Parts: sequence; C-alpha cells; structure tokens
Amino acid sequence: MKQWKSFLAATCMAAVTAGSAWADGSVVIGSVGVPRHFNAAIQSGIFTFMPASSIFASPLRYSESWEPEPYLAESWETSDDGLTVTLHLKDGVKFHDGEPLTSEDVKFSIETIKANHPFKTMLAPVASVDTPDPLTVVIHLEHPHPALLLAMSPTLMPIIPEHIYGPDHGEIQQNPANLAPIGAGPFKFVEYKQGEYYKLAKNEDFFIEGKPYLDEIYVQMFPDPKSMLLALERGDVDMVPFLASPRDLKRLSGNDDLVVESDLGAAIGPINWIAYNTKKPPLDDVRVRQAINYAIDRNFIANVLLQGQAPVAPGPIVPGSPLANANVEGYDLDLDKANALLDEAGLAPGADGIRFTITGDTTAANEEMGRIVLEYMKTQLKKVGIGLELRLAPDFPTWAGRISSYDFDLTMDQVFNWGDPVIGVNRTYMTSNIRPNVIWSNTQQYSNPKVDELLEAAATEVDPAKRKALYDEFQEIVVDDSPIYFLNVIPYSTVYNKDLVGVPDGIWGAVAPMDDLRWKE
Amino acid sequence: MDTYQKVTATVKRLIEAFLLVMAVVVFNFFLIQMAPGDPVEVIVGEMGGASEELIAQMRAQYGLDRPVLEQLGVYVGKVLTGDLGYSYYFNTPVTQLLLQRLPATVLLVMSALVVAVVVGTLAGTFSARKPDGMGSHVVTVLSLVGYSAPVFWIGMMLLILFASIWPIFPVSGMYSMRRPDGIGYYLDILHHLVLPAVTLATIYIAFYSRLARTSMIEVLGQDYIRTARAKGLPEGKVVWKHGLRNGLIPIVTMVGLQFGQLFAGAVLVEAVFNWPGLGRLAYDSILRRDYTTLLGILLFSAILVMIANALTDIAYRWIDPRMRKVKA
Repeated sequence: MKQWKSFLAATCMAAVTAGSAWADGSVVIGSVGVPRHFNAAIQSGIFTFMPASSIFASPLRYSESWEPEPYLAESWETSDDGLTVTLHLKDGVKFHDGEPLTSEDVKFSIETIKANHPFKTMLAPVASVDTPDPLTVVIHLEHPHPALLLAMSPTLMPIIPEHIYGPDHGEIQQNPANLAPIGAGPFKFVEYKQGEYYKLAKNEDFFIEGKPYLDEIYVQMFPDPKSMLLALERGDVDMVPFLASPRDLKRLSGNDDLVVESDLGAAIGPINWIAYNTKKPPLDDVRVRQAINYAIDRNFIANVLLQGQAPVAPGPIVPGSPLANANVEGYDLDLDKANALLDEAGLAPGADGIRFTITGDTTAANEEMGRIVLEYMKTQLKKVGIGLELRLAPDFPTWAGRISSYDFDLTMDQVFNWGDPVIGVNRTYMTSNIRPNVIWSNTQQYSNPKVDELLEAAATEVDPAKRKALYDEFQEIVVDDSPIYFLNVIPYSTVYNKDLVGVPDGIWGAVAPMDDLRWKE
Repeated sequence: MDTYQKVTATVKRLIEAFLLVMAVVVFNFFLIQMAPGDPVEVIVGEMGGASEELIAQMRAQYGLDRPVLEQLGVYVGKVLTGDLGYSYYFNTPVTQLLLQRLPATVLLVMSALVVAVVVGTLAGTFSARKPDGMGSHVVTVLSLVGYSAPVFWIGMMLLILFASIWPIFPVSGMYSMRRPDGIGYYLDILHHLVLPAVTLATIYIAFYSRLARTSMIEVLGQDYIRTARAKGLPEGKVVWKHGLRNGLIPIVTMVGLQFGQLFAGAVLVEAVFNWPGLGRLAYDSILRRDYTTLLGILLFSAILVMIANALTDIAYRWIDPRMRKVKA
C-alpha cells in the first residue's frame, strides 16, 4: 500500500514538472490543422502558412499599422506610373543549406507563385521579373498593382531556393523538398511526422543579428480541439494559435496562467457571414434578403450567442483593415420593416402564417458560428413568416459540393480577406468569378456591373485615398444589395503561457515569423 | 496421396484468400467513391479557395478526372505490383505512411490485449470459484458495463478523471514533445500508453472474463481437480495452478482469432487519445477523402485478418485428419 502511494506521488510529481515552463528555449505549439506540406509558394492555408513564414524569408514584412518594413529587401521603390517595383536585397543572406540567396531566387519564387499559388489574383499582373545584378530585383507589371507590396509578406511570398525547387528537380508539386523545406527564414525545418508533429530549429546564420531566440519549436497536431486545450491548460502545450471558439476563449481568459491575445491577424481578415443564393427565388429579390437581415439581430449574435468574444463585421472588409468603411449602414433589428418588405415583395403569408420556407446550410462541425446561429435565425424568421429548415452537412466536402453547385438557399460561411481586397474580397462579388463547382468563388451568383467596375478600378488605383474611396463605395453597395449578410469577425486568437513574450501579434497574427518569440528571462 | 491432398487444400485456400482480398479492394473502392466530395475539394477547402484551373490540374495529377472504372483498374493494377499508391493529402507514398504508423498501433493493441487477457482471466477465474457468490455477480455486472459502454466514452471519462481532474497521465499523443533521452524516453511512452491501453482493454476484459468463467467452471468440476483437493492441496493452488492451466486453452485460441478485430477497436481509441497509429490515420483519411490512404489501411487490415484465418485453417487441416475428409 505504501509503495502504491509513493508510486502515485512520483507520477504526480512527473506530471507537475512536465507542466512547468521550460527554460531551455523550446516552445510547443498546439494545432488542429495538418499541413499537407510546407511550400507556401504553391500551397495556401493557415496550417501551411504558419510554419512556412518561419522557415522562409520574404522581401518585406508588415508593421502593426500596415506599413511595409525591410526584411530580405533593404529598400524598395515603386515607379511613378506604378508599373515597376524595384527591390534591393540584403547582402550575404544564405539559405539553410549554406547557398547564397540571390535575385535569381526571388525571380524564381515570384514566377513559381504566379504559376502555382491558389490566390491567382495576387501576382496576376506581374509581366516579367528582371535581375540586373544578384541583389536587385525589378518587377514589371501589366498595370499598377497596389496589392503587390502586401503580397510580399512572409505569409504570401516565401522566397524558395531555385537550386532546390527549380525545374531541374521535376514537377514542383511532387518535389520532396515540399516536405523537407529549405528556406532562409529564422527557423530550419528538422522533421515532420505526418499528422503528429513537426519540429523546427534555430537558424544560427539568420540574417537578422541576435534572432531568433528559441532553439526549437514543436508543433503538435491534435484531431480534437478539446484535448488540445486540456494540454494547454496543463502546460504540455505552450501556445495555441487560431483559436476562434467564443466558448473556449471565454473560459481560457479566466485562466491566470494563460494570456488570450485576440486583437491580431487583421490581414487574415476572417468573417463569419450568411450567404444568399441570389439566383434562387424568392431570394433573388433583394427585398427578401434585406427582410431576413432586418429580422436578425447581429448584436445579439455577437454579444449573447458568441458571448461578446467576436466583434460585429459591418461589411465585406474587416474593421481592422485600413480599407474598411466604418460608416456602412447596417440592418438594425426591425421586424415591422422586415414584414413590410416581404409584403412589398408579394409574399403573403399562407393560412399557417408562413410565407415560404427555405433551407439554411452549415457543417455539423461548425457549431458556435453555424448551427447555433441558424437555430436562432429559425425562431426569428418565424416571427416574420419565413420557415427555415436546417441542413447540416456531415463534413466539409459535402457542404462545399452543395454550395458550389448552387444547391442552397442560404448558408453560413467563413471567408478570409487575406490582406488586400484584390486577394480575398473581390472573389466573392465579381461577376467574372461566378464559377460553378469552385468553393469560395462568387457562389452567391451576385452580379452588379457597378460593383465590378469599382473593384476593377480600385485594383489598379495607386493613390491610397482614391483607392479607399472606391472601396468605400463598393462596401456600401454590397451591404445594400445584400448578397451576403455580414455577421461577425472570427476572433482568431493566440492563447499562450504567460511566461512567453514576443508572440506574433501583428496584422498577420500567427502566420508571421516567430523570430521574436521567447521565454521571459 | 496424403501430402498431395494437403498441398492442394493449402493452395486452394490461398487462392480463395487472394480472391477475397481483391473483392475487399473493389468493394471498398466503390464504397469510398459513394461519399460526396473528393480529396481535391478537401485540399481546396484547406487552401482557402483555388481557381478552376488549379482544381482541374490537381484532379488530372491524381487521376481523379478519369472514369471511376479506369481509376479502379489503375489502382488494382498497382496493388498487384505491391504499390499502394500515393496519399493525396499527405503527399507521401501510402506504404511509407502505413509503416510509419504501424508500430504505434501494434504497441497499443498488444498492450491492450495483454491487459485484457490477464485481467479478464483473473476476474473470470475469481468468479468461477463461487459462481453464485457476491464477487461473481460484481464481476459479471462490471464486465457487462465495460462491454456495452461506447469505447470513446470510456476514453473520454478516463481523460477527464486522470488527465484533467487528477492529472497524473498525459492528455494525448505517444510521447512528450520535449522528450527525455535514454530510459526516460521509454518511460515517457509507457506513461502515455496507460490510458489508451486501458480504454481499449475494457471492451475485451468483459469478453475474456466471461470466457474464463465458463471455462473454469467446467474445469473445476472435473475429476482431477477433485483428486487435487482430496490430496489436501490448498484451494488457491488447486484453482490457480491445476485448474487455470487447462482453463486457459480456449482463451489462448480466442486470442489468435480475435487479433484482427482488435485493430478495428483501435480506430476510436486512437482518435480520442491522439495516438499516432493506423486507426488515427484511417480517421484522418476518411475526413479528408484521402482515398488511397484509406484503401491502403483497409487492404492492410483485410490481409491481416485473412492471414490469421488462413493460418488457422491451414493449421487445422494439418493437425486434424477429420478436416481433410470433408469435401469442400
């Protein structure tokens, strides 16, 4: 009996010591997502972006106030006509294998991204890239492209070595170095056990003196977010990025050993919204869509259903972006107005008080910002004589198949801004982007020539003030036309051990280099 | 003549097993195709969107743009040459993924089996001593509860109890990320193994305790046990030494037969405890529509069960002459 007790005591001790902060310079990050590989030049998504932005370096990085800062490029200039961007690279930068990083690698990376990256619009206007000398890169554009500078962030423009990923090594999609990447960023790739963990180690030859601080970063993957949070609370995991569940955020913010950092990642710009199928009666009538908006109280959704953890998103551009229009007219809860609009649309209630019945889609996994919101909408819409039936897809492919083949009335959806409207916003509203079977294209089938015109003009407008004015008008029209009802910003937060400092908290959130991350002295 | 018979029977059995495996491949192939969506849609979803060209390019690259029957033909052709294909999602040859995950599953399943057999046999033998006693009833009820409760529920309850409320065991995985060296490395794995192994064992403990109980009741009623008691041997020695030795025989047989089924139970346990084995790989592959990986796992487990059954059958034919006279 005594032995048994001392065994238990010993195990408890082991558990307790394992939970304390590690002074040896390693950090364990928990993640629910599994990266397919680490080559962010040809693969997008936050779970590839996170490691890639620490493994690869990029020409520029961005400050919290959305200002470009030197990274691989010491300086850069844009010509007056906006058609040429010149980068002057730092001298002596080496890839992890010791080879020098030259302008040829930058050229190769830009061309690879243009040809392969899922975000097609990001570098589409790049006509050619010149390399007059090993440290100078001249990018020629077909038309002015103000989004280009932001697209040179670590998240979106990893500089990959041509001698590893070049055409001599076959098809880039199958290049084995996608799973064993070589970059010039603050951390070197060490190993990856698919679906289990990957390990990064300090790049001793990093081109910024004295950085990075950490010796090792482990990213452990958890299929179940609940056990990941348990591991975080116990101290097995030191940091969890991309946590968006209001319930979990609220609970964790009560934990004195953890810090919840919510105000970050405005460039990722994730919005939770209701998308309407604007070609399907009766939702093809703008009055019907507006009536539904008026019947829903999004402040109630943000403050009660999402427990005050997720701010309201007034329009298509997240409030954290300098291009957001803070003055767009919202739809304040107004059941009388909703009823009036529906009457006006000629949708009289039947004997049972129901005007019509529609379906609301989401995935079964999306509970807090999906199913619960739809349940709330169901009771609200009933008050104005609209029946709403929930249709929960068992998994993502099932849902994506329905939405992208236009087999839906309205759906909950989460779409990201990705920094510049050209990259992540235009796709949802442009007539030219109505593409069957492509999820997150314009699946609303929304078409307004004025919107197309504004977005096209803004994409090439070099003057920041004029550009902002074009986007302001666009935001007002889209909120008015209501192909989408914008609900809330998804509060992607990083939760971490209170002894950690330098946690990436800029506009790119956790998909930024972790060269500043370290334990408190 | 006798040898000839043995050989033909063996060959026939092998051909049957091969055809069955092929049938499993074809059946599973169509079953997976019936699920809505394909791996490319999942990949596009995680990429945050992609253009039509990229989607078409990926479908072409993976051969998903070809007719289903052609895809099946290509797959079967590859399988026949021992190539299980390439995982769309993990960007790795499936065989490599399977081999990477196999050791974790074998460790979990074997530990659970050992726990189940030892605990089950002890509990069963204990209750067989006094089949109508209070202890026997407690064992029966407990084992029925263990058998009927969903295995993932048991896993979650154990997690809440022993990883959260009383945090003496780790929450997930097979080892700590910042792992110790030398002997500490193995102790660390052992520490992580306890909860998943106990969870997986619960469903089988019930099974083995019932089996042991029946078997022991029968054995304890035999003449030689009465002789042993008559010799004046202590009751403990009679039961645990003389009785158990014979009572174990059906259990040992059962362990062989059940081996394949244990792998099936591992899927849920691995998902709950984030155990990096084949079960979790299967779970991940289903969610991601990673056809080739899932087919590889199913094929692998089918072959495993088939080998176990074929070996048992062949062994019976060699050992038991009566089996050979039965016309198939």
